[in-house]
Amino acid sequence: MYTLVNRIATSMETIIREGSPKTPFVRLDGEKGVVEIKGRSIPENSVEFYKPIIDWLEKFGEAPSEETNVNIQLEYFNTSSSKCILDIFKRLELIHKKGNPVEINWYYEEDDEDMFEAGEDYQSIINIPFKMIEMEE
Amino acid sequence: MAFDLKNWYLEKKQGDIILEYNGGITPELISEALESIENSLNMKNEKNRVRKKVYNVFVESLQNLYHHVDLPPSTAPVEQSSNFGIIILSKDGTFYRISTGNFVKKEKLNYIKDRIDQVNSLSDEEVRMLYRDILNNDEFSEKGGGGLGMLDIVRKTGNKLEYYFYQFDDEYIFFSLDVYIS
Repeated sequence: MYTLVNRIATSMETIIREGSPKTPFVRLDGEKGVVEIKGRSIPENSVEFYKPIIDWLEKFGEAPSEETNVNIQLEYFNTSSSKCILDIFKRLELIHKKGNPVEINWYYEEDDEDMFEAGEDYQSIINIPFKMIEMEE
Repeated sequence: MAFDLKNWYLEKKQGDIILEYNGGITPELISEALESIENSLNMKNEKNRVRKKVYNVFVESLQNLYHHVDLPPSTAPVEQSSNFGIIILSKDGTFYRISTGNFVKKEKLNYIKDRIDQVNSLSDEEVRMLYRDILNNDEFSEKGGGGLGMLDIVRKTGNKLEYYFYQFDDEYIFFSLDVYIS
């Protein structure tokens, strides 16, 4: 039994993707329970970009860390990314509901009403503790 | 009177031109265009809040074109590229204007018109609510945005979309769209 649990725990690879002019920096760390997305997200084909992240979260959901911290710090994103981001939150919501707490930190620059409102959109749809964090310029 | 692309250009090129492009709308072009406006002095001197809004709406407008444009009519005085579109970003007084133009088949006119009229008829609060509704429905259009593009532009700019349809020939319409950011 021990070896089996151990195997599941170690099978969760950490994914780090560097940012590009159209895609954000992504860090998915199963061991520490950290999901991080930073930068801008404006690819033409968002579904393709986000699929590995969704797949990772699905696997992570089978054996999540005790707690998961999610940091979203986007400069801006296109509408095709907006649905993928919601998809990520829905996967995290399942994990949270099953009893492994998830917390989302949504970062926005102090004068960025668009990013603030985008945070509010997700907050209104998703049932996970959702912190809006204002950053000074 | 026949539609004259030159006159259209003249009208849209009022103010300081930050970027002007006509040709095939591809992912590479979108990257280049964005990089180019990021490097423009107008944008560099702009308030952070406005600058981000311009980038965001500019990308959304270009990607709208990318996902929807068709081959132009063979008689049109433009590059025969399979996804031909025009985009002009200018600063006109206190406004930034993003003008796009592309040829569409006549039968698409009503669909586009209804779509824009609907978005334009909504209050700010209605725009927000509809955006959330569409965001949260599971349908995902193959083209990506799931119908959020126009809505997002209106929401971010707080301004109505200005559109014109010019008859080009029996088959094609020239669709012109102006978006203002202040």
